[in-house]
Amino acid sequence: MTDIGKNSKDAKGKRQYEITIGLEVHAALSTTTKIFCACGTKFGEAPNSQTCPVCLGMPGVLPVLNENVVKYAIRAALALNCKFNLLNKFDRKNYYYPDLPKNYQISQDYLPIAHDGCLDIFLSSGKRKIRINNIHMEEDAGKNLHAGDTGLLDASLVDFNRAGVPLLEIVTYPDMHSVGEVEKLMTALRDILMYTGVADCKMEEGGLRFEANISLMPFGQTDLGPRVEMKNLNSFKTVIKALNYEIRRQEKSLRQGEKVTQETRLWDDKSGETSPMRSKEEAHDYRYFPEPDLVPLVIDEQLIEEIRSSLAELPASKLERFCKDYGLSEYDARVITSSRALADFYEEVAAVCKEPKTVSNWVTGELQGILNEEKRDIGDCPISPEQLAELLSLLSKGAVSAPSAKIILRDMFHSGKSAKAIIEEKGLSQISDEKDIRPAVKHIINTNTGIVDDYCKGKEKAIGALIGKVMKETRGRADPTKVSQILRELLEEEKRSR
Amino acid sequence: MTKITPDVVDHVTKLCRIHLTNEERKKFTEQLNQILTYMDKLNELNTENVEPTSHVVPLENVLRKDALSPSLGSEKALANAPDKHGEYFKVPRIINGTE
Repeated sequence: MTDIGKNSKDAKGKRQYEITIGLEVHAALSTTTKIFCACGTKFGEAPNSQTCPVCLGMPGVLPVLNENVVKYAIRAALALNCKFNLLNKFDRKNYYYPDLPKNYQISQDYLPIAHDGCLDIFLSSGKRKIRINNIHMEEDAGKNLHAGDTGLLDASLVDFNRAGVPLLEIVTYPDMHSVGEVEKLMTALRDILMYTGVADCKMEEGGLRFEANISLMPFGQTDLGPRVEMKNLNSFKTVIKALNYEIRRQEKSLRQGEKVTQETRLWDDKSGETSPMRSKEEAHDYRYFPEPDLVPLVIDEQLIEEIRSSLAELPASKLERFCKDYGLSEYDARVITSSRALADFYEEVAAVCKEPKTVSNWVTGELQGILNEEKRDIGDCPISPEQLAELLSLLSKGAVSAPSAKIILRDMFHSGKSAKAIIEEKGLSQISDEKDIRPAVKHIINTNTGIVDDYCKGKEKAIGALIGKVMKETRGRADPTKVSQILRELLEEEKRSR
Repeated sequence: MTKITPDVVDHVTKLCRIHLTNEERKKFTEQLNQILTYMDKLNELNTENVEPTSHVVPLENVLRKDALSPSLGSEKALANAPDKHGEYFKVPRIINGTE
């Protein structure tokens, strides 16, 4: 992705406008049931099949708060270093929209569960702290289907399965100054939410949605400039595209001496443009008031401490530990810790096979490659960590060559057999005895005179081609180090004899 | 205290999606002003050491376990719908929606 923020420079290479971006992130919590009723939250069920009088907004019903929503919110707040409001209240946010059956959304406006947190993002220039303004609990709305999806020109359709699904809204301070920083923040947030098991963040299911605020101002100015709010951003890609579009649009206006209007704009994925929301300014008057149907929630500090001590290690500290304890490069450690399942898998292999770098290479390289080909996830990898550890231990002992190990790994993936069984079956044990390798090397030297000539004329790199041929001759079983050693010895003899 | 003008009433009725006749508009402007005047009276009380109340029932932490109960199912859910299409609620076409 191009980072427009970094490229908004004038002819002299100086940036003309400082960009300021804040995000609102909505994450659907992975609870079994909705926030205020016992309907399920499963995605993709038949329309309106997961509804009841509470989430349909029938008269006379009472919402009752799901205790896991509170626990998950505490978990996320702890992971984001927030302070807590021990006294929590819910408020009604009033507006009319067909996907909102009660004509209000239950949210937290005056006393959100947590506030003033932060998380780190890692840029090439170093670590940056992005502050969290607040985290609050609220209910999702239903889903509207328009003419484009239904073919009905005169009507829209509504599915209330999503109405009442618990959301955590995380609001950042406007601390980001380029699209690249926003991308890092979104990834870091998603990693944290998934690591803590709070949300599964499936963007194709609308499990993670964004709103972005952006303003541009000439450098050196302190007044942030009019703020444009963008709604309807349902994936990382959309956020990036919409921000890049908005930066270009606002820059153009500012260069032409025009003013940017403070407004809410909608991103349209099809046209790749944002346009002002047509609804009147009045629609923004939400007339929040305390939700009389819910009693106050008082959070016990002991509960916070219990959750704190049960909190899984977070991506950032895991990354640091992997670099330190396993001696991995930051890049490799980042790849492995990007998912909790992958990190756990790695640690289980590394606990048996004590060569952390080899394990890292195989887990992120060969194994990940096969998984990608087979469209599988590390979570349902048919090779267990113990099985991979066995193969890699055989490799490090020299019992199999690296090329054979690759063949064995593929076989293990498909057959479920152990490395040892496959080695025996296919006769893939490594040939490391010199007297077994020497004849093959001699054979290759005798049958490839052209390459040998090149070597003798000083083209030392030619040896690579010969190693490859010996490996092929031995079906990948020869120990490559020994092959190289013997080849060099024989070639040098040949050179001297000329 | 803010005075309720006919314009404020218009704004609120628009937000509430209700239509008032001219007479009603006049009547409600008056009544809303009376209510706010009464609130002004309450403001005369000294509440310096009183915690703000958000709820009149002396209860807190009413929670439920995250356990599934059967839902209504779409047939029952749609039974009272003014209009439907298959398993969906059908509403007038939404223009310029956020979703």
